Amino acid sequence: MNLLWLQSGGCGGCTMSLLCHDAGDVTGTLRAGGIELLWHPSLSEQTGAEAVELLEACAEGRHALDILCVEGALLRGPAGSGRFHMLAGTGRPMIDWVRRLAARARHVVAVGSCAAFGGMTSSGANPTDACGLQYDGEQPGGLLGADWRAPDGLPVINVAGCPTHPGWVVESLLGLAAGAFTAAELDPLGRPRFYADKLVHHGCSRNEFYEFKASAAELSQLGCLMENLGCKGTQAHADCNTRLWNGAGSCPEGGFACIACTAPGFEEPGHPFHQTPKLAGIPIGLPADMPKAWFVALAALSKSATPRRVRENAHADHAVVPPAVPRGGNGR
Amino acid sequence: MSRLVLGPFNRVEGDLEVSLELEAGRVRAAQVTAPLYRGFEGVLVGKAPLDALVFVPRICGICSVSQSAAAASALRAAMGLVPAPNGERAAALVLAAENLADHLTHFYLFFMPDFARAAYRGHAWHAAAHARFAAVEGGAAAEMLPARAAFLELTGTLAGKWPHTLALQPGGSTRAVAMNDKLRLLALLRRFRAFLEIRLFADTLEAVAALDSETALWRWCDARAPHEGDFRHFLTIARALGLAALGRGHDRFLSGGAYRLDEAPLFAAGLWRADRPIVEALDPATITEDGRHAWLSDGPALHPFEGRTEPLADKDGAYSWCKAPRLGGEAFECGALARQVVDGHPLVRDMVARGGGNVLSRVVARALEFARVLPAMEAWVQAIVPGEPFCRHGAMPAEAQATGLVEAARGTLGHWLVVRKGVIANYQIVAPTTWNFSPRDAGSQPGALEQALVGTPVGEDERVPLAVQHVVRSFDPCMACTVH
Repeated sequence: MNLLWLQSGGCGGCTMSLLCHDAGDVTGTLRAGGIELLWHPSLSEQTGAEAVELLEACAEGRHALDILCVEGALLRGPAGSGRFHMLAGTGRPMIDWVRRLAARARHVVAVGSCAAFGGMTSSGANPTDACGLQYDGEQPGGLLGADWRAPDGLPVINVAGCPTHPGWVVESLLGLAAGAFTAAELDPLGRPRFYADKLVHHGCSRNEFYEFKASAAELSQLGCLMENLGCKGTQAHADCNTRLWNGAGSCPEGGFACIACTAPGFEEPGHPFHQTPKLAGIPIGLPADMPKAWFVALAALSKSATPRRVRENAHADHAVVPPAVPRGGNGR
Repeated sequence: MSRLVLGPFNRVEGDLEVSLELEAGRVRAAQVTAPLYRGFEGVLVGKAPLDALVFVPRICGICSVSQSAAAASALRAAMGLVPAPNGERAAALVLAAENLADHLTHFYLFFMPDFARAAYRGHAWHAAAHARFAAVEGGAAAEMLPARAAFLELTGTLAGKWPHTLALQPGGSTRAVAMNDKLRLLALLRRFRAFLEIRLFADTLEAVAALDSETALWRWCDARAPHEGDFRHFLTIARALGLAALGRGHDRFLSGGAYRLDEAPLFAAGLWRADRPIVEALDPATITEDGRHAWLSDGPALHPFEGRTEPLADKDGAYSWCKAPRLGGEAFECGALARQVVDGHPLVRDMVARGGGNVLSRVVARALEFARVLPAMEAWVQAIVPGEPFCRHGAMPAEAQATGLVEAARGTLGHWLVVRKGVIANYQIVAPTTWNFSPRDAGSQPGALEQALVGTPVGEDERVPLAVQHVVRSFDPCMACTVH
């Protein structure tokens, strides 16, 4: 299969993240999985007229196009003209190129939350009228329309994230090349279930603090970040804490809140990112699937049961009280 | 006279178009176009000041930490915070990791593949350059990508992830480092040092940092076979093609000062100009941005505190979404070369004295930074004291005005923050490539690249003029930052 990658209203961070793929040389990994890079703006030799010729051949159907990856939001403004992003050297708006190429591609992949939903680029008053390929925030539609389907019936595959984890992108692409992707592999927002059916909360190293509602009061403290510091890990769909980033990290591991960057609209939470909005002292955003009454009851109970170790460590940036070692060791 | 439009000008970060007027086989004039507008500055107005730390990294996926660092610096000044020394070191490590990874990406993925082009077939060096540096297929990328990924594990430990971390905060950094973390970081730096010393230089970093003149550089180059080390490989090609004669800019250089710890930068801040070769102080108050040739609302050139960014897609005489930043009314060049010439490294000072800013000196300065920054990173890790704080906390005043200046891989990045009634009232960003790839200003003064392209040879039938490729990419532009 061949792969054409375009960038529009985004930061290029999903490509930069992709190059961190841990299995080594990422282009080699894709090649070994049967994916040839037709053109990528950061990686390919062809530039200027050479690149335009290739894009034109794909858009006219003279050159087969298997996978079209789009990174960055689609900029429809000003006034629907698309002139906020003209593809350099072509005098045509990028949204025209994307529409023409998507019509020829066997598969279309939105790489990152911008291409999936509009993302960061659509925040505030959305000055560029940015949207995703098949979504405008959480509303189906976007540039291609809600009814758009690839020849095999799949919608746009939304590898959402800001940025995307390189593993999400590589496994999605390898899955397409292996013919392993069906509609059943996608969640209701078109995200691959292999990572979107997990929660950032899963595997979070702060989970003991969460259990006891032993909460950090300031950034850099070890306690749970949900109660005070805006963490959405219990609601955010992603496997960040079981897969880990750059070999060792994740947002909560790095000492700051999960901002649910795989979700449409994450860029406008309606509150400062590092403050948890509360009603009568209870966080408004409850853990996924958790009834409020139970959350309140369990929180009250677990707070009163918090061990001194957990309570004190929650407000320090390193463990100041170690777990007790039973006399005779733990092995008995 | 004829005209040539080059785009999409790829293997740069973001979207770029370059229009050339040609006369007698050379570029007579160039226009540099940033064809994408994103509007981040407007989006930030009305937000909580600390929310800038979520938005600004997402301006750019390759300068993400630089954007964080500039915002953290402006917020720090607004809050009157003194950062925790540990946090300052951790933040400097994350920024340095990004900057060196960017230098690596530029050299191996963006810049060198042009020498593998079929148009260079027939040159004695081409077969080896093709085998090593061809885009996607060359042997070097397969070695460099795992080395880059392993090096960026430093950001996984210290910043959660790269790009787009929130670990850099006004009062330091959010991730405390334990004794064993230090050991892991040192091991990781040793592994990256080994890559640089074996693959890039075939010599120690200290030997490269000690090169003190252009003569010493060529002596070093010729002491070994031409393909021992990718940097030597580049130097060999650069000499054969005469890259020192390509891409001379205004020779006015600007550096905001890099890696400030305990108030002192590792690389000094200042200005350096060929016509007055002493280091002069950089006064951010003399910076203005001019929108005459940008698709933005017009008006006089403004200091960034007063700056406005309002799109105006139908404007006569406009050809870019990028404004024209000027210092004391003059265009400046920033980047690794500017940093090293301002800091006074003898090799770079000598190269600039001989040939100014050009394709060769820009690439040499970037290579030199590997040799100068990695040992500093080793020292910063050693200086972290586990158990001491990493982050101090403070309150944001309801009214404030502050500047954050940092050095990204590709040059000086400035954030100008105005807080009124507790929210952001104005946020203006002047990115490195805004300086380097600026359009003309109201006085028709070209930006650094527009100047550097003048005189570049273009062959009769060259649809993809090779010399132009080298000149443009020698700046390591980041259009994503430019079109914030």
